[in-house]
Amino acid sequence: MAKTLFDKIWEKHVVDRIPDGPDVLYIDRHFIHEVTSPQAFSGLEQRKIPVLRPEQVFATPDHNVPTMDQHLTIGDRLSRLQVDKLTENCNKHNIQLFHLQHENHGIVHIIGPELGITQPGQTIVCGDSHTATHGAFGTVAFGIGTSEVEMVFASQCLLQYKPKRMRITVDGELNPGVVSKDVILYIIAKLGAGGGTGYFVEFAGSTFRNMSMEARMTVCNMTIEMGARGGLIAPDDKTFEYVRGKKLSPVGAELEKKIEEWSQLYTDEDALFDIEYVFNAPDIAPMITYGTNPGMGIPIDEPVPTNKGEEKSLDYMGFKQGQHLLGMPVNYVFIGSCTNARIEDFRAVAELVKGRQKAPNINAYLVPGSKLVEKQIDDEGIREVLAEAGFTIRQPGCSACLGMNDDKVPKGEYCVSTSNRNFEGRQGPESRTILASPLTAAATALTGKITDVRTLV
Amino acid sequence: MEKFSTITSRAVPLDEENVDTDQIIPARFLKAIDRQGFGENLFRDWRYDEHDSPKADFILNNDAYKGSILIAGKNFGSGSSREHAAWALSDYGFKVVVSSFFADIFKNNALNNGLLPVQVSNSFLSIMLKKVQQDPAEEIEVNLEKQTITLLRTDESEPFEINPYKKKCLQNGYDDIDYLLSILKKVDAYEKGTTV
Repeated sequence: MAKTLFDKIWEKHVVDRIPDGPDVLYIDRHFIHEVTSPQAFSGLEQRKIPVLRPEQVFATPDHNVPTMDQHLTIGDRLSRLQVDKLTENCNKHNIQLFHLQHENHGIVHIIGPELGITQPGQTIVCGDSHTATHGAFGTVAFGIGTSEVEMVFASQCLLQYKPKRMRITVDGELNPGVVSKDVILYIIAKLGAGGGTGYFVEFAGSTFRNMSMEARMTVCNMTIEMGARGGLIAPDDKTFEYVRGKKLSPVGAELEKKIEEWSQLYTDEDALFDIEYVFNAPDIAPMITYGTNPGMGIPIDEPVPTNKGEEKSLDYMGFKQGQHLLGMPVNYVFIGSCTNARIEDFRAVAELVKGRQKAPNINAYLVPGSKLVEKQIDDEGIREVLAEAGFTIRQPGCSACLGMNDDKVPKGEYCVSTSNRNFEGRQGPESRTILASPLTAAATALTGKITDVRTLV
Repeated sequence: MEKFSTITSRAVPLDEENVDTDQIIPARFLKAIDRQGFGENLFRDWRYDEHDSPKADFILNNDAYKGSILIAGKNFGSGSSREHAAWALSDYGFKVVVSSFFADIFKNNALNNGLLPVQVSNSFLSIMLKKVQQDPAEEIEVNLEKQTITLLRTDESEPFEINPYKKKCLQNGYDDIDYLLSILKKVDAYEKGTTV
């Protein structure tokens, strides 16, 4: 029978089936971080059981860490305690930790792929909803809660109900100034913040085929923002080339054998999906959000729509229906997060700001996703270009995406942000987030007001 | 996990759609390393102002409304996978959350903590919200065995769905780890490519 890619990977990982109940799903890779793991480790201790397969678990502190002076002891007592607890737990249970001083430290969803831990066909989980990022490699990757982190520690398995299948096809060439972030914001705006709930999504079509691996990761990363469990893209030569030569990737004959296996990871021609959506790439413009969930997105040059039931959200944002946001002054810009903190994002930003100057009113947080990205920024001269334009590069971490550390947006201020969530208070109490691509964020940083990047290139 | 049977209680009506986990518990309160005490910061930024004074217009600060059932608008629990959201609701004293739609990860997290998400139709949700808003003393019964939720005064009722496996876990106070630990031999066989 014809099968979807999602079905192929899922079925290969079913250890057992509970009658009238969930599947027992085997997990290949388990990423952990400091915020959602401590209670899971405590649970193991209470039950007096070990981590079953520590060699399949990888840890990094990212949510809570400062993005300046990382060589110093963490100032915030509670943050330090959480980061120290992660180190202690990893040492105790023999788990590989990419600690704050490690040359491979970074945001969990950035380092997994760039170290070759993430490979096609795997099942991957992490106590973080943006685990969907890894789907860009043709994996079944999804976020879990802390009780489930404990389950994976204990058994390398999870009890899971199989989600329904959704395919989103986008074909055609993207317009100038439009990048992968705009594509996913467009899709979420079309489907709504709950439009994918209960589904696992496959992204198909020439638009995704033509994207780099970095761009595909941005797309899959935000699948959760429409409520879907995860999203994946069938692996191809670009995927295999990306994996080749990474620090923890297979090598030699083993890699070639793997690539042969991975080449079978595609949706059969006649496979059926529970629901399908089709969009045209040329219809997509640079997108921004105007409300307090990621489904509230519009083309940057269109007015705030007159939808019922959005009044409270608009009130929070200080926007009115029918208002144009282009040209509106903004004092904060954040370029970073597991959505957009890869080298390609910083290359695009550098290309745009080269020879220009940051607007004086702008406070910019530029936060690379990992030490490796930071190194590339240095090796490629991007740090200098950005410095000449008035920007400082900080050190890796989740940073202003969720405001757990000091990188916050003050009350009432707007921030054009390349992150993934515009919820109330997400970037700090009463902060107002406008989600956008790195290009739109950089354009805004140059002018000090919401700017259509197409007017600058 | 505590066993779950039937709950009869008054309810707190939170008439908001798309309540995300950042509202349920903001990220800056996720720094603890144990599971206790999150109830204090439940809905923190809706509940308290910047000087930590209660906001009079927020429903949890209205003494008229009490009980172990929270009724919320459509698409409850979207966003972050933080289980702290379920812990905060339980720690505050809620045992049931009613909505017409739940985000997937939140639903799993709630069930793993003995907090029952009850999904009702949009129309029944409107009725429930209206009734409780009109009369805070309105009592509601949630019967897990029969899978029904009932407004006791008027006897208006609706059935709700729950997976038979999860139902059994809640009724018996079992959790998934107990089950997974019982099949480790099968996991081992799976890894070796054999069957038990």
